[in-house]
Amino acid sequence: MSEQPVRQLGHAIHAEFTKITTTRLWWMLALIMIVYVALVAGGLTAILASVGGSRGPQITDAQRAPLIYSFGSSIGYVFPVLLGALVTTSEFRHKTLTPTFLAMPRRGRILVAKLVALTVFGGLFGVLAMASSIGAGSGVMALFSQDARLTDPAIWALAGRAVLAMALWCSVGVGLGVLIPSQVAAIVIVLAFTQFVEPILRFASGLTDVTAQIGQYLPGSASDALVGSSFYSLTAPTVVGLDWWQGALVLLAYAVVASFLGFFTSWRRDVT
Amino acid sequence: MPAGVTIEFTHLTKRFGSGSGSVDAVSDLSFTVEPGQITGFLGPNGAGKTTTLRMLLGLVAPTSGTATFGGVSYRSLAHPLSTVGSALEAASFHPGRTAADHLRVYAQAAGLPRQRVGVVLEQVGLEQYGSRRVGGYSLGMRQRLGLASALLGDPSVLVLDEPINGLDPEGIRWIRLFLRQLAAEGRTILVSSHLLSEVQQSVDEVVIIAHGTLIHRGSLASLDMTETRQVIVDAPDRVALQLALTAAGYHFSSLRGGVIVENADAEAVGRTAFDAGVTLSSLSQKRTGLEDSFLALVGEEGAL
Ligand SMILES: Nc1ncnc2c1ncn2[C@@H]1O[C@H](COP(=O)(O)OP(=O)(O)OP(=O)(O)O)[C@@H](O)[C@H]1O
Ligand SMILES: [Mg+2]
Repeated sequence: MSEQPVRQLGHAIHAEFTKITTTRLWWMLALIMIVYVALVAGGLTAILASVGGSRGPQITDAQRAPLIYSFGSSIGYVFPVLLGALVTTSEFRHKTLTPTFLAMPRRGRILVAKLVALTVFGGLFGVLAMASSIGAGSGVMALFSQDARLTDPAIWALAGRAVLAMALWCSVGVGLGVLIPSQVAAIVIVLAFTQFVEPILRFASGLTDVTAQIGQYLPGSASDALVGSSFYSLTAPTVVGLDWWQGALVLLAYAVVASFLGFFTSWRRDVT
Repeated sequence: MPAGVTIEFTHLTKRFGSGSGSVDAVSDLSFTVEPGQITGFLGPNGAGKTTTLRMLLGLVAPTSGTATFGGVSYRSLAHPLSTVGSALEAASFHPGRTAADHLRVYAQAAGLPRQRVGVVLEQVGLEQYGSRRVGGYSLGMRQRLGLASALLGDPSVLVLDEPINGLDPEGIRWIRLFLRQLAAEGRTILVSSHLLSEVQQSVDEVVIIAHGTLIHRGSLASLDMTETRQVIVDAPDRVALQLALTAAGYHFSSLRGGVIVENADAEAVGRTAFDAGVTLSSLSQKRTGLEDSFLALVGEEGAL
């Protein structure tokens, strides 16, 4: 690559960052995510601690902290997906593709810049979500005199992998947004798929060995494989798992494939 | 600002859709736009003006033909915003972003210095509204913001689609003077409109299209056809009137609202009717201004 495309890409990434930070969307989503994750992580810690070991799933002291902390990504991931999808579809909805393509007519470069900027933003969401789950979870554990394991390097490795997962989920959102430019349709698909369709698919795929092999490539399963712990691993402990880095590659593949398809359909179309 | 650039349209054609439902928005359009003057790009609604400009700016892919800036397509320009500034109709803004932030985003994308934002806001008279969200802007303010975006890169070419739409009389006067001044600096300026009267005070050259094809190209003066005079006349007994006109050797066309007599003088037509004993219900000399010539060129019914 010559110098010019690299510099142009730098400008485009800069502009895509500014686009995100100059509207209210990102911090509203971040705020809801932080509160939601804190409530679930803190609340579940408290419930499990008060019920004790008598009923419900058996959780060892060693399992508790990673399980609770991983809520940051295992329930929080829908927020970076929404961010990526909403930022991308708003370009179509508000017709801002016109000034965007006028300022930089190389459309592929803009899509790459968008993916880069939103992946970084997804990572920021990951940091906020993990701060929320670890903060609320460890706080409640301290109240019940449980070991929050905050000095355990494995916990921080998990947090790091969760941040990576959130970053990749945001790029999946961009891919989805460019593949389905209708904002309403994109929101419905994100919510229906993450909250309903995928959980059912994951449960159903676990019923036979063959489908379980396929099921591990579902985005949610890949994300759990990457992070390494989630409440799914309690309910379906026998599911075959990918390595953490394989999980990351599967998520990345979803983002790249969706973006590619979107580029050749909506992104390159006439802007009228 | 680099020296003026010539805009060249060559056999530009655009067909939307395919098969029986396709629309020929622009057909084999060729013309050039010279620097240092203001060119009006005129045509009725649906004539293909916006489509033509969007093809010029690389937003719509032509079915065939090319549109370039001195031979270089928009996509191939090294610094697009510093070469060509454009404001398209239905200006596109995120309503939740402030005007200054909107401009900042595109200045960054084009690698322009941040100070340009304040400069162009001031140039279009929006300096006091820069920190307001665009969602609360009036139509006229949006037009000005669109113009501000066009000026971001201090370009040598300006392409404006219906920039006068929504401006108040003060705003119209302002934009006329503003464009005049930009043209005097040697820039190439192409301004579209569906009303000749809207731009006739500011343009030097006109390009008129209808149904996507070129109809007229020339100086503003070339549109002046005041020597062809028409008279509109009507009578309760339309048939008797037409017989009298035919006998007197006039060419005319009969419409619902009256009879239009070509190359005629109201007084002479009145005398013809009087001599034939036809009672008139109306008689008037039709004033043929530029707008009438324009309408005559694009056809009575317009493009739609
Ligand atoms: N995306 C599209 N798909 C199909 N047809 C289109 C599309 N965009 C424009 N057209 C058609 O192309 C023709 C030219 O439209 P265009 O918007 O270029 O006209 P215009 O001269 O700008 O009109 P106006 O004065 O109303 O702005 C119209 O018949 C329009 O319906
Ligand atoms: Mg138009």
